[in-house]
Amino acid sequence: MSVLVFADSTDGKFKKTALEVVSYGKKVAEQLGSNVVALTINAADVSELYKYGAEKVITVSNDSLKTFNAKSYASVVSEAAKAENATVVVVDSSIDGLYLAPIVAVSLDAGYASNVVAAPSSTAPFTVKRKAFSNKAFSNTVISTDVKIIGVAKNSFGVHENEVSGTSEEFSPTIAASGVKSEKVEKVTGQVTIADADIVVSAGRGLKGPENWGMIEELADVLGAATACSKPVSDLGWRPHGEHVGQTGKPVASNLYIAIGISGAIQHLAGINASKVKVVINTDPEAPFFKAADYGIVGDAFEVVPKLIEKLKAFKAS
Amino acid sequence: MKILVCISHVPDTTSKINFTDNDTKFDTNGVQFVINPYDEFSLTRAMWFKEKQGATVTVVNVGNATAEPTLRKALAIGADDAIRVNTEPTDGFLVAKELAAVVKNGGYDLVLAGRESIDYNGGMVPGMLASLTDFNFVNGCVGLEVDGENVSATREIDGGSETLSSSLPIVIAGQKGIVEESDLRIPNMRGIMMARKKPLQVVEATSTDANTTIQSFEKPAPKGAVKLVDADNIDELINLLHNEAKVI
Repeated sequence: MSVLVFADSTDGKFKKTALEVVSYGKKVAEQLGSNVVALTINAADVSELYKYGAEKVITVSNDSLKTFNAKSYASVVSEAAKAENATVVVVDSSIDGLYLAPIVAVSLDAGYASNVVAAPSSTAPFTVKRKAFSNKAFSNTVISTDVKIIGVAKNSFGVHENEVSGTSEEFSPTIAASGVKSEKVEKVTGQVTIADADIVVSAGRGLKGPENWGMIEELADVLGAATACSKPVSDLGWRPHGEHVGQTGKPVASNLYIAIGISGAIQHLAGINASKVKVVINTDPEAPFFKAADYGIVGDAFEVVPKLIEKLKAFKAS
Repeated sequence: MKILVCISHVPDTTSKINFTDNDTKFDTNGVQFVINPYDEFSLTRAMWFKEKQGATVTVVNVGNATAEPTLRKALAIGADDAIRVNTEPTDGFLVAKELAAVVKNGGYDLVLAGRESIDYNGGMVPGMLASLTDFNFVNGCVGLEVDGENVSATREIDGGSETLSSSLPIVIAGQKGIVEESDLRIPNMRGIMMARKKPLQVVEATSTDANTTIQSFEKPAPKGAVKLVDADNIDELINLLHNEAKVI
């Protein structure tokens, strides 16, 4: 009996979510009186995972798994779960995590709960709290199968150091061939992506036009943040669709979300509710976003943002 | 091409979310139900295939009779016929299993769904359905072309997109981008009238298997009032973000 955690990596390096799911797996293992086994695919140095509680790391090195493929990756996770006699499998709820986990669930005949925000409240029955109704509520969900799959929501459990003296061993699974083949990957390089970002700087129609986004990008640059926008802005073609945050756009679960010139339509709020701290800058004191925000400035973005950039530069330099 | 579009019957985005029966049931009182927005993108793409390339479009819902107006709306948009699997959709696995039975009986080439429903947000049904039917699968699809047996699908990835090739049959979980929001259709009067005469078949569920159950719901703790900072006092905002919120 063990808790198997899939620690995802990019170019050999672990994603922040990998450290979060290992931290989560360690907590579940403590609750069950079990141990944590982390599964890695083409990761360069696995010792970092011991710091977060992985007692055993199984490593898969295979060129056919260099790029993510849901069916092939799912077959590796499923086979590792069987080999380790795992009763709980923990993955993240990233775009790729949500792609592979349902396939693993069918393969293992396991109950699956995605977007889980806390450690199990009970292990008998096995009960987890997950997001529902587009972040407007939570559901306490009981997983009743022998094997349980948990998809942990980003930034919900956090990364917790819990050093153990772990060991690693190689694992050579049979990799399922996929009928879906990757032909082309297009990535924006040199920018923080919304999914990875701890801070997101987002702007709306209050910016008046795409030519004014320079200060938003500069603010994001100072904070090491990703840039995002409201739906009308992407619909108008001022910013790419990939930056649209909201119910039908990208969900954001950052530690800090700064909304500039965004009124706060309910669809936008549904996409950012999971962010921890929200700051709103808007000229209209009646903008609905102020009701959802932690901190606010009633003011003109064209005056406030340059001052904020200047002050943050000074703060970072001090 | 035979297309099946999976339709979830969900509360409208602007609905107030409340619970009854000791927080164990969603309170539907005063709530308007609609086609799940992600499914609507996929349905619109299916209509495009029907009109431009020739296809039949069947819509399916796993749910009770209250979902029928939502299926009728999909018929009014242009789907040819509808199937309702008569059971309470309590769990994603149960829904996927019932949809798999429909897919196996219907001989569909392309199954379109939304990437998740906006009520339970599980995001698991399309992937489970693909696995149960042994169809290929693309999740989070933002672009889709079908040329004969060949499928080209683009999916969203962190920081960009990935274009994938496959053959039919395939399950596609769509989202905004598979069509644009401006392309979504509102049923016209003629469509509504025609929808009344289109077949809506009710089939009984094959099983009651569920892997998960919802024990209770809860709402987030009430949020405190916003702390307003004077526009001339940016230092105070930085101080609050650094010392109080500890996010910079």
